[in-house]
Amino acid sequence: MEVLIELAYVLSAVLFIFGLKMLGSANTARRGNLLSAFGMLIAVIATVAQGLDLKFILLGAAIGGIIGLVAAIRVPMTSMPEFVALFNGTGGLASLLVGWAEYRNRMENWTEGVPQDDLISVIAIYLAVLIGGVTFTGSIIAYLKLSEKIGGKPFLYTGQQFVNGVLVLGIVGCGVAFVLDPAGMHTPFLVAVGASFLLGILFTIPIGGADMPVVISLLNSYSGLAACAAGFVISNTVLIVSGALVGASGIVLTTIMCKAMNRSLANVLFSGFGSGTTASGTATAVQGEAKPIVAEDAYYVLEAASSVVFVPGYGMAVAQAQHAVRELGDILEENGAEVKYAVHPVAGRMPGHMNVLLAEANVPYEQLYEMDDINPVIANVDVAIVIGANDVVNPAARTEESSPIYGMPIINVDYARSVFVLKRSMRSGFAGVENPLFFNENTRMLFGDAKASIEALVGQFKG
Amino acid sequence: MLLLFTFVLAIFLGFELIAKVPSQLHTPLMSGSNAISGISIVGALIVFKGSDNETLVTVLGTIAVACASVNVVGGYFVTDRMLSMFKKKEGGK
Repeated sequence: MEVLIELAYVLSAVLFIFGLKMLGSANTARRGNLLSAFGMLIAVIATVAQGLDLKFILLGAAIGGIIGLVAAIRVPMTSMPEFVALFNGTGGLASLLVGWAEYRNRMENWTEGVPQDDLISVIAIYLAVLIGGVTFTGSIIAYLKLSEKIGGKPFLYTGQQFVNGVLVLGIVGCGVAFVLDPAGMHTPFLVAVGASFLLGILFTIPIGGADMPVVISLLNSYSGLAACAAGFVISNTVLIVSGALVGASGIVLTTIMCKAMNRSLANVLFSGFGSGTTASGTATAVQGEAKPIVAEDAYYVLEAASSVVFVPGYGMAVAQAQHAVRELGDILEENGAEVKYAVHPVAGRMPGHMNVLLAEANVPYEQLYEMDDINPVIANVDVAIVIGANDVVNPAARTEESSPIYGMPIINVDYARSVFVLKRSMRSGFAGVENPLFFNENTRMLFGDAKASIEALVGQFKG
Repeated sequence: MLLLFTFVLAIFLGFELIAKVPSQLHTPLMSGSNAISGISIVGALIVFKGSDNETLVTVLGTIAVACASVNVVGGYFVTDRMLSMFKKKEGGK
């Protein structure tokens, strides 16, 4: 029986690996996900087959399963970032609880000190609780920021680094005491649970809305590492392997996101980017005047254009404009123009956010271009339509050394023959940085709600 | 030590697997890997291995199973839902 269970775990780990591999290519991704789900099913069956008391398991699984299912079916694609953030959180909480429960279960074995064989388990209990706790509250804050239930602006106070430092020291101290005498340390253990919750909040709260892709990737990694720690608690290989896979994939995504913003992870986590302290003093006042345009005039330009590129940003998600954009794209194609969609790696609030929205609107992925593919050909584009994107098309990143976003790779829409910027007002982006693009000779501002503006253009073509 | 060894190898494997994913698949990759981190459900189940758990442990274990189930069920379903929308031109219309 033992052997069969172990073999089942090996099989499910293999399925996870193949699943992740297949998720890396558009043609196989869906099958990859199914494969990985199948792996999960095998792991669960193999575990339950050990003869567990099913009463409470079924209760928990029913509650969790129904919540997960309903949420997965109902969540609109525009809300994916906060949805994924919440799910990272439940994963972290689960690992925390596993660590805690195992601690209670095995506590009495450790009254006479910890035998050498159990040392790894004891350390892992502490780590599972710690990482799980940080993941949980960090994800909740990320969720609240992403769903705009609390402000997306970074929250900074003096001595922040100091407070975090003291907290980390306290957690390490509690950890040492706990590992030396776990049975006698139930109260410090509970203090550490509370401290890890607090740490998760304090780490996430100073991070601004535009940096959320990095935070979500990082929390994704943590949720994997927490599962991994839980795996060390119960000496279970399938937890360790799958947790490590998720942990590694989260780190890879975090690195990609940081690179796309030309910033280090430490800078994202600790600088409170765009809080005003960095931006206000240095940004030079931009010369000139923004030139507005009305839908009717924009229509004449688009009507004559032979190549058009859409550059979507977070504003498209807010306005839920993706379907209208697709409709306009189709009309332009029928009109003989070549239509492309250019997506910056950090556009939106999570990695790949814009791609999901455009996919929802049935934009075929052959028409989607990554930044590095669109920039070499952008000078031949007649019209670039920027929809609710700001920092990712800000030429100051190229030219203005004093700008906080200097050095960040951008989509060079300002090189296109003409640029339409769809925007609600002249307010600066989440990074709080002025955008000289709006004042360029070849830029026209189409003010208003992005969806309404696009629909107005569609109306012009139809009427 | 063997477990630690396994852990390190799996981390490297993870780096290799994910390094070449195109950016348009980043969201499904994230929610898909998130579903995998729901593997902590196995840990939550094993909490119930003992026959007479104290009440606190039963409560912790039940909530853990519920949380991990949210992750597993929700994660896989939403990833599938997302991926079903990624279409090529021919099939798309």
